[in-house]
Amino acid sequence: MKILVAGNGKVGETLVKQLSSEGYDITLIDSDTRVLEYELDKYDVMAVEGNCASMDTLRSADVQSADLLIATTGMDELNLLCCVTAHGMNPKLHTIARIRTPEYLEQAYSMRDTFGLSMSFNPERQAAREIERLIKYPGFLKRDSFARGQVEIVELRVDADSKLKDIALNSIHSIVKCQVLVCSVLRNGEAITPDGNFVLREGDRIFVTAPSKNLSTLLKNLGVVTKRAKKATLIGGGAVSYYLAQYLIDSRIDVTIIEENKDRCIQLASLLPKASVIHGDARDQHILDQENFDNSDAVVALTEMDELNIIVSLYARDRGVSQIITKLDKDSENRIIDNLPLGSVICPRKLCCNTIVRYVRAMKNQTGAATAIHSIADGSAEAMEFRVDASTLNCKTPLKSIKLKKNILVACISRGHETHIPNGDSSFEVGDTLLVISTANEVITQLNDIFE
Amino acid sequence: MNYKMIGKFTSLILMAEALFMIPALIIGLCLGEKSAISFLISIGIIFAVAVPLWLIGRKTDRRFSARDGFICVGLGWFMMSLGGALPFFISEEIPHFVDALFETVSGFTTTGSSILPNPELLSRSILYWRSFTHWIGGMGVLVFLLAIVPLGGGNQGFTMHLLRAESPGPEVGKLMPKMRQTAAVLYSVYITITILDIVFLLFGKMPLFDAVCTAFGTVGTGGFGVKIDSLASYSPYIQTVTTVFMTLCGVNFSCYYLLLLRNFTSVLKDEELRLYLGLIIGSTALIAINIRHLFPWNEAIRHAAFQVSSIITTTGFATTDFDLWPSLSKAILFALMIVGACAGSTGGGLKCARALLLFKGLKRNVSQMLRPNKIKTVRVNERTVDEKILANTNAYFATYILILIISFVLVSIGNDFSTGTNFSAVVSCFNNIGPGFEAVGPTCNFASYGVFSKCVLIFDMLAGRLEIFPLIILFSPKAWTSK
Repeated sequence: MKILVAGNGKVGETLVKQLSSEGYDITLIDSDTRVLEYELDKYDVMAVEGNCASMDTLRSADVQSADLLIATTGMDELNLLCCVTAHGMNPKLHTIARIRTPEYLEQAYSMRDTFGLSMSFNPERQAAREIERLIKYPGFLKRDSFARGQVEIVELRVDADSKLKDIALNSIHSIVKCQVLVCSVLRNGEAITPDGNFVLREGDRIFVTAPSKNLSTLLKNLGVVTKRAKKATLIGGGAVSYYLAQYLIDSRIDVTIIEENKDRCIQLASLLPKASVIHGDARDQHILDQENFDNSDAVVALTEMDELNIIVSLYARDRGVSQIITKLDKDSENRIIDNLPLGSVICPRKLCCNTIVRYVRAMKNQTGAATAIHSIADGSAEAMEFRVDASTLNCKTPLKSIKLKKNILVACISRGHETHIPNGDSSFEVGDTLLVISTANEVITQLNDIFE
Repeated sequence: MNYKMIGKFTSLILMAEALFMIPALIIGLCLGEKSAISFLISIGIIFAVAVPLWLIGRKTDRRFSARDGFICVGLGWFMMSLGGALPFFISEEIPHFVDALFETVSGFTTTGSSILPNPELLSRSILYWRSFTHWIGGMGVLVFLLAIVPLGGGNQGFTMHLLRAESPGPEVGKLMPKMRQTAAVLYSVYITITILDIVFLLFGKMPLFDAVCTAFGTVGTGGFGVKIDSLASYSPYIQTVTTVFMTLCGVNFSCYYLLLLRNFTSVLKDEELRLYLGLIIGSTALIAINIRHLFPWNEAIRHAAFQVSSIITTTGFATTDFDLWPSLSKAILFALMIVGACAGSTGGGLKCARALLLFKGLKRNVSQMLRPNKIKTVRVNERTVDEKILANTNAYFATYILILIISFVLVSIGNDFSTGTNFSAVVSCFNNIGPGFEAVGPTCNFASYGVFSKCVLIFDMLAGRLEIFPLIILFSPKAWTSK
């Protein structure tokens, strides 16, 4: 499948990395030669220099034979024009555009056909949605749901006072008293697929697969308090803050936004009359303390600067805030950052990259292609959802006698409304939904790829 | 530096070379020649070196810098030349190893300079291998590997470094999104042209063996013939076919890809192609007029056209001894030697694309001298050329001249040839042509040079084929110290 990626910003690069490693033919369009050269040295892709909305550039990128165009330049207008033009040149083309200006969201949806858009995405809004989900159900660092919401993979951190500290995995059931599976452990930046004798240590981040109905039992038995959040403090007044504040206010949560730019403060105050907008520099701890920072149920660090977000989150942790969410744009896979207690880490570009990769895989529409995919453990592992169909091998064979590839784990089997964590005697049959965790280097695109 | 990856690629190159020796081995076995054994022994030796290298490089990470790409190509070609010289040396048909190496390097770099007084004395399998080295070296063995060897999934940006280091021209780009497809397209065009050439030669009643070997020499723009007088004794038809195919192979191969895509306008408007064809037509006309007293009209044009395309594409075949032509004709041929073929072709030399960039850059400099505040960009094919490429082209030209001068001085050590002979020998080897003038003219050979001069010429041939930097970097101590 041929994919054109227009604009090589943060999202563009993440997409190129992921999609080229999955074997698609990628052509990258950008107006900056230096950026293109840098990408060419890193990935096996083709580069075309020029304005992505001009017919000439699109022609030299061979838009006529492309299957999908993803427009991710920094300008919404350019993205839309690019999609309209490309769609006009090749009516069969699927197009995805990044639309981040709130004012355009409506027409991007209702005038989709005019723009020739198959899908639009907004990294900031998606990040806000994700953060809202975390604030509404505190306790987990990250949640990914699968099998129509029946199964979730949640991320937990083993703290000094955690009940899970120094516990071997085969005795974990005596503590949590429900069906769960620890599918991956991130220790010192390295993802480990643990076995029963694996002993958890302080500082480990664990990824737990559990049927959704068991989540509250899990939290209760781990002693994590799940009280409803009433007050949230957002540091930084960017687009994510705006969307998030809207959602939180709708759910009757008090929102305080601290922003250092006065004009932006005035703008936010008029857009969000119910929020308290504070003009001040988040570097100044005095300002944070004045706003009863430590009384918040959640602190979300959303400034433009990753470094500042990290400092704010560390300070919040020091003051005993129970839920901390940190936005990191650049280096969310940095090993040093990994060891800091930053609470949940949100990376907007990764979130929307995952959405687009899902779209691409669905477009490929191969029998047995993954219906959902989430990268977990900071990208070292992938959780994929597959439907078992007639072409799937090894149906009705007990798992213990199936030879799976190395670093592959079948984490969950859902049949109808029943969901269970498999053991050696479990088997799957046609119609089931499987959740597969892979830490392997090679890309799994079809269910049958997991078998040896 | 990623030693393991370099080891892995060197080993792959050697294994590919062993694979390429098999046809020669089969020919030797079928004809019952003694030299067949030398191929068997060579394949054995090559594997004995390649397999340990493979084992070392088996598990490697993918960090691969531009420097690694250069070293990989330089070292790979050096090892390949050593391996390729083995059959000549073991079969004792070329008794000295330096001579055997000279012949092999001359083959792989598509030069066509020979140290053999009479190639007709060689056995068939050796003769086949000698011509086949042109074909392997023409498009490049790493491009071949990129097309066939599965490098696994994941991000393969590093392959760009290899393509850049091995392919000639100031600006190397991909034709298709994936390196593998690009390499496969290049090789399919290459193979198609080779087969067409063989078929056309067979129509001219050329014996099959001669046709295959000549086609390898033509399409790789090498110039090893199977006869002592190169192509002089073949019919005018065969000479004309060869003229056409030499010219075709001096064209940037991406033009053929564009033709396949039916994009005729960009091919017709390509400035490099226009310059290349213009040079061929203009030089042919000038030379034909200049040599009209030596031949009848039609023969003068045929010889002129043959010689011009043979020299500009850096093939180096000859239909007549052009060393006997008037000075103007020789001067034109000498100039064409330096210009060379198009970038991205199998030919050598400075490349028409670089000549174009140098000329346009010079024009800009002059106009900026007259009006110092004028801002002007250099444009080729209606696109602005990046300043970095212009700077690289100027640097390349300076290095090119420097190497030419140093080699000329070094080659002149310990021999009594004329200045013209020595200089044309260096120009001819460095631009991968084959014959030079005077004592290394089309009817002569390089046998009488000493061992040291031959080594200098071997370096020149490799430097010319790989466009200097991959080879220079091998001799730079900084390149070998790990960060």
